[in-house]
Amino acid sequence: MNFRKPLLAAAAVIAIAAPAAIAHRQWMLPSSTTVSGTDNWVTVDAAVSNDLFFFDHQPMRAVPVVTQPDGTEGKVENHNVGKFRATFDLHLTQQGTYKVAVVNEGVFGSYVLNGERKMLPRGTNTANLAAAIPAGATDVQTAENVSRNEIFITQGAPTNTVFKTSGKGIELVPVTHPNDLVTNEPGNFQFLKNGKPGAGLTVTVIPGGIRYRDALHEQILKTDAEGKVSIKWGQPGMYWVMVNEGGERPEGPGAGGPRPQGAPGGGQGAAPAGGPQAGPGGPGGRPMGPVRARVSYVTTLEVLAP
Amino acid sequence: MQYRITGLTLAAIGAGLPGAAGAQTLDLSVTIPQLRVAEYHKPYVAIWLEKEGAAPRTLQVWYDFDGRSAEGAGTKWLRDMRQWWRVVGRGMTFPADGVTGATKGAGTHKIALAGGKGGLPALAPGNYKLLVEAAREVGGREVVTVPFTWNGKAVTASAKGASELGAVTVSIKR
Repeated sequence: MNFRKPLLAAAAVIAIAAPAAIAHRQWMLPSSTTVSGTDNWVTVDAAVSNDLFFFDHQPMRAVPVVTQPDGTEGKVENHNVGKFRATFDLHLTQQGTYKVAVVNEGVFGSYVLNGERKMLPRGTNTANLAAAIPAGATDVQTAENVSRNEIFITQGAPTNTVFKTSGKGIELVPVTHPNDLVTNEPGNFQFLKNGKPGAGLTVTVIPGGIRYRDALHEQILKTDAEGKVSIKWGQPGMYWVMVNEGGERPEGPGAGGPRPQGAPGGGQGAAPAGGPQAGPGGPGGRPMGPVRARVSYVTTLEVLAP
Repeated sequence: MQYRITGLTLAAIGAGLPGAAGAQTLDLSVTIPQLRVAEYHKPYVAIWLEKEGAAPRTLQVWYDFDGRSAEGAGTKWLRDMRQWWRVVGRGMTFPADGVTGATKGAGTHKIALAGGKGGLPALAPGNYKLLVEAAREVGGREVVTVPFTWNGKAVTASAKGASELGAVTVSIKR
């Protein structure tokens, strides 16, 4: 690790802005992922916590965006933010697959003004970036952050209209449909990074119910050259899947709580240096670590017994 | 089942055997066991036929198709017959013509089907599986598979469930 002090301080700030990437696990848990009939309601818990899927830390405050099978935007109903979790309902009236997504996009970074390094404020994005940097600032380092948290719910037969990609951050392309998973068949998915096959991404798979077992039973997988990964399931149930560069808590010790199990050590230092702005300038003229663009993807998948 | 079915192609199983229609009879016997439980509801039952390389065919679905509650009760729980739902049910529209029936209580239920009528296509010779799946509200779920080979003349095959289903017998003649 070649982080200098200013960046360690930076990590703490970013942790607030992008919890999914650094500390704790962000998740949405639907009451059903597969429903039959023509008029159903599904309710969703949304929270940030260490143990999956137990709400005991923070609610997920953002109101998600619902995409209906016909491509139109659906409605989030009864959104309520509690102490530990948010809940909301979806009224399913169309046949096919719905997507519920929380996407966070932002710009983080720093600049030097009057010899002092300052962090870009929270809430900076590409639109207000220019205004966030004062005149006379030098050595500006920025990187974009795109974190995506999506769940899928299917009424009737699965459809693929909601998997239209935007080319931003990490996105899922189904090989196996995420609402068509059974324990005796592997789940195959492709992940795109900024619209292109995301080779070498780290895929962390953790079954729910952490509280009631000793071992985490996590799988740390890597996408191949085409961005594809094949997940073998254990028991039926809800699985949390997180895709990013370098695995959970890539900032290393200090950024999050203690890891319940051995970290995928190899993934950390090897994380790709992102972007061309590997600036020269920490105090004292020693090189600072580059500001890396952060992209992450989280989904909750229900795997049924055959 | 390893083959993936995306839709329901009518008559796919029986396709390619001209002249066989009308002559086949399929007699089915399905036993729903008596259960000593505190709260009993008649199970939802799906019966379907699979043949490798052909679209599966639903022969019977027993559920609360009359939808006694405002939300259309019955169809909401069809997905609990999860193997049938994944293989063929989710691609169907309900109530499905010719295969829909009311739920049935404990006892042996006999169904007589004619090839080429209702849900049953005229069968081409080959290896088949008849599957019966039962899912009971506040209860369990079970699938009984009855494999058989149809040689074009006569076949009888049976299997037995352990919890939600009793004996299942299929007998085909022409």
